[in-house]
Amino acid sequence: MPELLQFLFSGVTVGAVYALVALGFTLIYNASDVVNFAQGEFVMLGGMITWAAYAAGVPLPLAALLAIVGTAAFGVAINKFAIEPARGAPVVSLIIITIGASIFIQGGAQLIFDKQIHTFPAFSGDAPLRIGGATILPQSLWVIGGAVVVFISLWLFFTRTLLGRAVLATSNNRMAAQLVGINTNFVMALSFALSAAIGALAGVLATPITLTAYSVGIGFALKGFAGAMLGGMGDPKGALVGGFLIGLIEALTAGYLSSQYKDAAAFIVILLVLFFMPQGLFGAKKTDRV
Amino acid sequence: MTRFLTTKNVTLLVLILLVALSPLLFPSGFYYRVGALIFVNAIAVTGIVILTGYAGQISLGHAGFAGIGAYACALAPVHFGLHPALAIFLGAGISAVLAYLVGRPILRLQGYYLGVATLGFGILVSMVLNNERDLTRGPDGIEVPELGLRAVLKSIGVDLTNGEFWYFFCGICLVFGAWLALNLFNSPSGRALRALHGSEVAARTVGVDVAAMKLKAFVISAVYASVSGSLLALQNKFITPDVAGFMHSIEMVTMAVLGGVGSVLGAIFGAAILTLLPQVLTVFAEYEQLVLGLVMMLVMIFLREGLLPSILRKFKGRGE
Amino acid sequence: MTGNKAAPLLSIEGLGIVFGGLKAVNDVSFSVRPGEIVSVIGPNGAGKTTLFNMISGLYLPSAGKVVLDGNDVTGISPHLLARRGLSRTFQNLQIFQSMTVLENAVTGYHLQEKGSVLADLFNLPSSRRRARASEEGAIKLLARVGLDKVAEREAGNLSYGSLKRLEIARALAMGPKLLLLDEPAAGCNAVETEEIDHLIAEVAASGVAILLVEHDMKMVMRISDHIVVLDHGEKIAEGDPATVSRNPAVIAAYLGAENAQG
Repeated sequence: MPELLQFLFSGVTVGAVYALVALGFTLIYNASDVVNFAQGEFVMLGGMITWAAYAAGVPLPLAALLAIVGTAAFGVAINKFAIEPARGAPVVSLIIITIGASIFIQGGAQLIFDKQIHTFPAFSGDAPLRIGGATILPQSLWVIGGAVVVFISLWLFFTRTLLGRAVLATSNNRMAAQLVGINTNFVMALSFALSAAIGALAGVLATPITLTAYSVGIGFALKGFAGAMLGGMGDPKGALVGGFLIGLIEALTAGYLSSQYKDAAAFIVILLVLFFMPQGLFGAKKTDRV
Repeated sequence: MTRFLTTKNVTLLVLILLVALSPLLFPSGFYYRVGALIFVNAIAVTGIVILTGYAGQISLGHAGFAGIGAYACALAPVHFGLHPALAIFLGAGISAVLAYLVGRPILRLQGYYLGVATLGFGILVSMVLNNERDLTRGPDGIEVPELGLRAVLKSIGVDLTNGEFWYFFCGICLVFGAWLALNLFNSPSGRALRALHGSEVAARTVGVDVAAMKLKAFVISAVYASVSGSLLALQNKFITPDVAGFMHSIEMVTMAVLGGVGSVLGAIFGAAILTLLPQVLTVFAEYEQLVLGLVMMLVMIFLREGLLPSILRKFKGRGE
Repeated sequence: MTGNKAAPLLSIEGLGIVFGGLKAVNDVSFSVRPGEIVSVIGPNGAGKTTLFNMISGLYLPSAGKVVLDGNDVTGISPHLLARRGLSRTFQNLQIFQSMTVLENAVTGYHLQEKGSVLADLFNLPSSRRRARASEEGAIKLLARVGLDKVAEREAGNLSYGSLKRLEIARALAMGPKLLLLDEPAAGCNAVETEEIDHLIAEVAASGVAILLVEHDMKMVMRISDHIVVLDHGEKIAEGDPATVSRNPAVIAAYLGAENAQG
């Protein structure tokens, strides 16, 4: 029993990171109908920039803030230089562009930082807490708590603020939003900035546990995408649920089946969802008009 | 005379001349190896042209089939006593069957979903190759037996160096593969593929069994990738699971996109550029991802049709 | 105009479809005989194209039956309907943009080509024969719709009116028993409309059943043997042109607005 609980704890921890990545996917997909494969790189940048700043002597909280703000700026840049110019391009092109962006960022990180694995100290120490016969790291609570806080904040933002509702309007119908005076370019930039910041935050919170390196982005991207799809592409609560589910499935696979193939769990879930339930848990079926 | 100058004939002519005459420019034997590598990559990319250029279906995991072709040549001779040349066919056969089984459900998907599903497939293949160390020796790689064809040629009086043999063998395979792809383009099946690319609704309406055609394109392109992987393994006499990896899949797509994903000649052009780049920039290994990513973005944003069609357009002038 | 009293080729019985709670089409029934020209008219949003999409297999009806040549084909996918002799054109054009005009028309011969991928890959004589036969047929059809001069141009470069004619050529290439034309004269000038008139009459005279959606009332009145009027997804009238044009319900729903515009 403690074993199961242990797996659940690690599943929920890593699931929280996936949920945040999934949320990032959802934000951008809702704003622009684009699936941003570079999403995982935001997580990587969050972790790597924090490490680099911290290693250079910057206090940890400031380093984290720097990472989040810097990555958000990066997200805006990607939108401006890679996505906007290709507006209206066929899906194949957009896929290649965002994958290209992802590889470009990885390549850049490789050169600017290095190819080593890095980490930085946990926020409230390393002493594991004992709960029900299993242990959980304090940092895990930071990660899970962070995910919950982000979701609640975003929910409030979208439902209670004018700007948030403008973002929703744009994602619903860009032209109509423009006609009522919403600055859709700003909304797009904001969506990318938010999405990047959330990814970076996930990276910052998770690095003390998962460690970081220039190449971790793609794994997070694929698993986050799996979570977003499992929950229903475009639905934020789906992203939350889907991300956590992927984390749990992965942890249980590692624990009971094979730790070598735990990464395969997310891909198998993707394939199963695509075959049997492409609209995901919360998504609606679409009909095309001819 | 103009009747002869169809795209198909011009492409084949250019290709044959390229293969036959380039060696005259080679300053050293090393260039045979580079040429062979370009041809091997171009074979895989030609398959991508059929799948993505003709039929409009994206695959981000086609290197998985290259991995199957490669490891078939590494393992079948050792475990089944199969001659390496036959192992090429075995790899192609397994890839075809796997493409059929995996393709049936996957090709019902469109756009991003299709891309991610194929990505998942490719990564799963690469994972198996990495993890099943007892069979594949894992990430360290495995030796691949000698093909033996060069010895046969020697015995009938054709004495080629290893580099020369592989250069011409891969070149001939490429010309053959290009010939098939070019035949397909203007044929009834090829038109059906291009039709479903243009409008699936209209294609269905004229009677095209869209699902079946997509599957055929997927299987055919899988065979191309498999043969490409087999040739790579056989000429290097060594292979690692990276042949099935995500980066290799992306390289294949980038080569296609660079050259203009709809044209066979473009495929070869794209393969040549991306194969030569690491040779030219010896520091390329470090910059590879950066450059690759940049190329992908720039080409898709500014030169959506690929480099070759854009250059050709400049020469031809405005449309009609 | 034919007085063909043969059994109906197409028979719609109680056809209906619901989109998210809204009955876009409700309980529509009528039939089309070989060689007959039936027009479906009605105000915008009356459900005409939705009806077409149900008949041509793009939408699955929620109720009712589509019977083609004695067989219940309700909900069968479009490519199987094509095999049973149904072809159609599209209101919003579904052209193969990056193929030439000739190649577009040739695709209409797909079913007759009985293509084999293997034969095509190896450029076997059977494959070349099939390709040639299709091209010859397509060129004749393009000449019939007046597009033979632009056969080698990329389809995406043509005008809307030309593309409408291309779609008709493609549909005719299939040698259909039933031809569905979705606004064939839209975007055409008076001369082009007359040419399409003649074309449709010719095709009907050869025994093809024709179902037409069209807003050009003069054309509809001129060529139709039978007219079905839809409004808000329901059939409100049907009959020959003279009867329908006098029906007060029809005038109220639709023709009244047309007459006011002249």
